[in-house]
Amino acid sequence: MPGTTLEQFNYDNKIVKYFGVATIAWGLVGMLVGVIAATQLFLPEANLGNPYTTFGRIRPLHTNAVIFAFVGNAIFAGIYYSMPRLLKAPMWNKALSWFHFWGWQLIILLAAITLPLGLTTSKEYAELEWPIDILIAVVWVAFGANMIGTLIKRREKHMYVAIWFYLASFVTVAVLHIFNSLALPVSFFKSYSAYAGVQDALVQWWYGHNAVAFFLTTPFLGLMYYYLPKAANRPVYSYKLSIIHFWSLIFLYIWAGPHHLLYTALPEWAQVLGVVFSVMLIAPSWGGMVNGLLTLRGAWDKVRVDPVLKFMVVAVTAYGMATFEGPMLSLKNVNAIAHYTDWIVAHVHIGGLGWNGFFTFAMLYWLWPKMWKTNLYSTKLATTHFWMGTIGIIFYALPMYVAALTQSLMWKEFSEAGRLAYPNFLETVIQIVPMYMLRAFGGLLYLSGAIIMVYNMVKTAKQGKFVAEEADEAPALKPHVAHEGEFWHRAWERKPIFFTILATVAILIGGIVEIIPTILVKSNVPTISSVQPYTPLELQGRDLYISHGCVGCHSQMIRPFRSETERYGEYSKAGEFVYDRPFLWGSKRTGPDLHRVGGKYPDSWHYFHMVDPRTMSPGSLMPPYPWMSTNIMDHSDLPAKIRTLQKLGVPYPEGYDSQANADLMVQAEQIVANLKASGVEVIPESEIVAMIAYLQRLGTDIKKTTASNP
Amino acid sequence: MSSIENIEIYPIISLLIFVIFFIGMFIWVIKVDKKYIDHMKEMPLNDEPQKSSGYEKV
Repeated sequence: MPGTTLEQFNYDNKIVKYFGVATIAWGLVGMLVGVIAATQLFLPEANLGNPYTTFGRIRPLHTNAVIFAFVGNAIFAGIYYSMPRLLKAPMWNKALSWFHFWGWQLIILLAAITLPLGLTTSKEYAELEWPIDILIAVVWVAFGANMIGTLIKRREKHMYVAIWFYLASFVTVAVLHIFNSLALPVSFFKSYSAYAGVQDALVQWWYGHNAVAFFLTTPFLGLMYYYLPKAANRPVYSYKLSIIHFWSLIFLYIWAGPHHLLYTALPEWAQVLGVVFSVMLIAPSWGGMVNGLLTLRGAWDKVRVDPVLKFMVVAVTAYGMATFEGPMLSLKNVNAIAHYTDWIVAHVHIGGLGWNGFFTFAMLYWLWPKMWKTNLYSTKLATTHFWMGTIGIIFYALPMYVAALTQSLMWKEFSEAGRLAYPNFLETVIQIVPMYMLRAFGGLLYLSGAIIMVYNMVKTAKQGKFVAEEADEAPALKPHVAHEGEFWHRAWERKPIFFTILATVAILIGGIVEIIPTILVKSNVPTISSVQPYTPLELQGRDLYISHGCVGCHSQMIRPFRSETERYGEYSKAGEFVYDRPFLWGSKRTGPDLHRVGGKYPDSWHYFHMVDPRTMSPGSLMPPYPWMSTNIMDHSDLPAKIRTLQKLGVPYPEGYDSQANADLMVQAEQIVANLKASGVEVIPESEIVAMIAYLQRLGTDIKKTTASNP
Repeated sequence: MSSIENIEIYPIISLLIFVIFFIGMFIWVIKVDKKYIDHMKEMPLNDEPQKSSGYEKV
């Protein structure tokens, strides 16, 4: 082209290398913690006899590690490589890139320290307490600024579809994180959710499902649209399809959150929206899968020899399977069987191990030779990794399906006399322990494959020469001269800011429609007059329950099925949870539901059960908590807790913060006396006393005929 | 509040916005210039640095 100067610039590969190394390092950590957690579920001794490594605390360590540390770093590695090349401009600001990198690793480190210590909000995939939440927001803004700066400096006029996915992910995760993390701090490490009960449940699962959508799915779809064509050396099957499924996906996905709350106390209208939009979601999700797989048409012979393509094929297929299974699980009749069971765990891991894990491996196997200007050290080892991983996924998922159906059908079975066929929860647990062993083996296989990958990557780097700065040149962007008859779309799509605003509007709609009425319209949470705030001692017990991650195994939401009311008592009503900050409905019943455990057993039963569950429940998988009987609880934070809750609208009497500690001791002494009568000696300040108080309160309010003061 | 006033109008407005946006997008996709689509499709494949020499040892 006459008269155009070629501008020269460099792509930064060093940041990609660092993010890539972080991906695989944290990946190994996250997978190892997963294998440990899986082992604890058939071998309680693997809890190791201390509070820091109990299942309840390392389950969130595992989820945070694999989602934010493994997948998170993979996303950044993939974006920092692809985005500059697609826009013919280096990432805008190197200082921001490195702030992003080190900031993100610092967040992970803080998670690794705080979660085993029990400093947690308990909200799934949002467990990190408020100071870390602020750090996440700051680092996230840096990431976004870097991307938007690059867009402004770009030399390629049009934004390839991958970049749309990156932008939408950035915007939506920011919105989700900010709104779900809203809380009032009590102290540096403790806060109470701005939302309570039903509203907290809805906001949490609006966030939780969209963390899946916009952290685990949309960034990876963006990566798929770049790395799959690169690896196959052919363009995407249908660019038009990518446009259509992008907009449908980002609009529909947000509404699906309530499918985590079917048959719970969430208002029916919100549940219906969740079901309907989840089913509609099959179309845009499969649009992505179809586009990915059909890109390989005519190139299937390449898949036979190239491990990168093998991983990608299984990844995209797993994405398709999970995005069919998800909508099916959102149908109320299927959900009635699947909720609280290992089916959900299987579903999560098809997506996590298959789609996220395998696509990450594919991307790294493709990037490493590129950046070191060499070939992959061993195709054979990569193929071995592929088979180990694939078989690992199968050994993970299939036993989980068997376990889920076995347990769920046992929970629901009635004898001819009209009683529960398996009234003891433990009978359903013992049946599935062999399945837990097979699942742990699957995870171990998957982890072993990843270890092989590390070896392969190290050897690849050793035999090559790293290119830290990759040179390229392109003409500067010409100012656009509008020509006749140009459709609006091209004008809009060339303006990344406008595009971002449009995408933001699309993702906000679902949240606004579902959340605002649930918060503002009182009839959505019918009041129950006998429901009172927790007493100070019960509050301390509740916070202890949160810090030990009990919600990871125990639900507190009885569904309106006869099999549940027979087993647990009256089904749970929305009005019972108005003072629950945060809500503790739970997602899984590895152990029984606890919503109406109050008054079911004497105080001494709870004492012996916490100290060693198997003394009261033979065959139980629950970790022992012997230290609860001797650890002293520091109740000095109680006045601050009461004041914070009052600010959030909990109706403790004015000035109650100075009365709280005295009331706590009165209630504690009562429990000490009860235990003494059964031959157990504890002091009133011990943790077990608070825990017993909390457990004995659960679900008892609706049985009271008159409202009583705390 | 016990109810949102005139709530009936909001689902209708939302449905209209949704339908208009997606119909508009479908029309655009059908009418779009093929050259533009081909240019966009090829983008990831055209991003190799111009100056790089072949590095794959076969």
